[in-house]
Amino acid sequence: MKRLNSLISCTALLLVYLVVKLLESRGILLPYHVQILSLCCINIILVVSLNLINGFTGQFSIGHAGFFAIGAYASAYLTVHLQLPFVLAIICGGILAGLAGLAVGLPALRLRGDYLAIATLGFGEIIRVIILNTDAVGGARGFSGIPKYTTFGLAYLTAIITVVVIRNFVTSDFGRACLAVREDEIAAESLGVNSTYFKVLAFAIGAFFAGAAGALFSHYLQYMAPTPSQIGFVKSIDILIMVVLGGLGSITGSIFAAVFLTIIPELLRGFAEYRMIIYPILLIVVMIYRPAGLLSGQEFSLSNLAKHFKGAKAHGNHS
Amino acid sequence: MPWHIAALQQLINGLALGSVYALIALGYTMVYGIIKLINFAHGDIYMLGAYFGFYAITMLKLSLVPAMLVSMAAAALVGVLLERIAYRPLRSSSRIAVLITAIGASLLFQSTAQLVFGASFKPFPQALPFRRIQLGPVFITNRQLLIFGVAVLLMVLLHLIVNYTKVGKAMRAVAIDKEAALLMGVNIDRIISATFALGSALAAAAGILVGMYYNRIDPYMGMMPGLKAFVAAVLGGIGIVPGAVVGGLLMGVAENLVVTIGSSTLRDAVAFAVLIVVLLFRPNGLLGKKGIEKV
Repeated sequence: MKRLNSLISCTALLLVYLVVKLLESRGILLPYHVQILSLCCINIILVVSLNLINGFTGQFSIGHAGFFAIGAYASAYLTVHLQLPFVLAIICGGILAGLAGLAVGLPALRLRGDYLAIATLGFGEIIRVIILNTDAVGGARGFSGIPKYTTFGLAYLTAIITVVVIRNFVTSDFGRACLAVREDEIAAESLGVNSTYFKVLAFAIGAFFAGAAGALFSHYLQYMAPTPSQIGFVKSIDILIMVVLGGLGSITGSIFAAVFLTIIPELLRGFAEYRMIIYPILLIVVMIYRPAGLLSGQEFSLSNLAKHFKGAKAHGNHS
Repeated sequence: MPWHIAALQQLINGLALGSVYALIALGYTMVYGIIKLINFAHGDIYMLGAYFGFYAITMLKLSLVPAMLVSMAAAALVGVLLERIAYRPLRSSSRIAVLITAIGASLLFQSTAQLVFGASFKPFPQALPFRRIQLGPVFITNRQLLIFGVAVLLMVLLHLIVNYTKVGKAMRAVAIDKEAALLMGVNIDRIISATFALGSALAAAAGILVGMYYNRIDPYMGMMPGLKAFVAAVLGGIGIVPGAVVGGLLMGVAENLVVTIGSSTLRDAVAFAVLIVVLLFRPNGLLGKKGIEKV
């Protein structure tokens, strides 16, 4: 059954890719549309990786854009100045961001909740200011002339790898330990879970994938500017909104939210200024009525859906 | 200019900026003390305060002091409504949910302000002609004097309210133990509203002072000072009223000294570097006491 399921998933994923390619070659999907789809994939990586830190491990990070920025700039530097192959640059960007994640994870040993949130926010801003003051990556002018290496296929593949790795991580023993830390750190410690280790691990893995997303993004946009909305506070909040709307601790929720919140702004281009009013209202309303997000801690899957309907039917027969 | 005079000059500038941070930090610290919430939207209430002041001076043709009072009252109302609509329904939910709501409220204020007031900056009407007063080798401007004066006055007022009135006593009681205060007949909802009103009024005053000092206001002016004022509150020990003042002044001075030594773009990093160091070595702040964590 399990093997059948993964076979179905693989086929479905391949089909999506083939359909996009087919529509693109027929001219039904314009290059602009394929661009948006690539952006969706990049955002999926960001949101799922932040969900590992915020949703599954219960740490509150609002500095995810810092890791993203490290990956974006480091990989761009590697491909532009050192002519490294792109795939290698993505991995290097990810590793550098992961190391930064380790560095941020360490203070996380001592900080909790709100304090951790503010510390991560501070960390993100420090990264931005450092980039702003580094001439080798363009400083305040921004980093331009990055080659366009990111294709839809590559972004799609990376997104799939991210989702599979993080899903396998959270369903493994390691993931169980992270969940235990989230639910009750003291109880987890008393059962022998080294909470420090798992917090740092979650930060490092999340940061690694954020760095990879950054690498894809800089080679997608071909220009990076050290502004709050591209690599700073505002970007972190954007990612956070997607995580929260999708649901803390739900990977499928994150995927839906990332795709939805990437496509909607494109559809609403004409109402750009209202968009930034609708977003926060949506966020507040979701928090008031569903404080843990739309799909909180649940995963959407066909078998769950089937179970749900069966359950409803069985329930109906009883009454 | 020799470096020590430049440093002295920056010290004065830093204290002026620092008193503004202190005014904003007071709002953070009071709200945090009472409901353990980082009110992310506080920086935006400061921004709204500046705009209210702007319209009170230009459209209602008020002079500076009445304009400031009008703006403080309006901002207090916004603060109370914010708590009533966005935070109160979440009082029993997880703190992260409330924090996210606060971030949402902040974004909402910013984008609404951008829509209503326009995205570009506005020159703040100068109710006070610019003058500089020479003090030996350094100088102080009359605007800086105004900032000091208003900030000190408001802080003294706040001190009197918190320590010598019934509302202040109730606030301190709620901050120490909410349930016990409730049992003693304190109307918690009303006290929380009062806290928001006071904090927002102080932020509005700070907004007007900064508008006059820098001569411009824009819808995003609240973001950075808001974050830095929060850092100031943490630095002094969050939840402790005198701590916010100490933290704010230190922060303003540190920032201006860094500008003298290094580049001005590094200035924004100082605040956060200070924050991380403080959180690592004295998580309860300079004036904070070590709390005992109960299991």
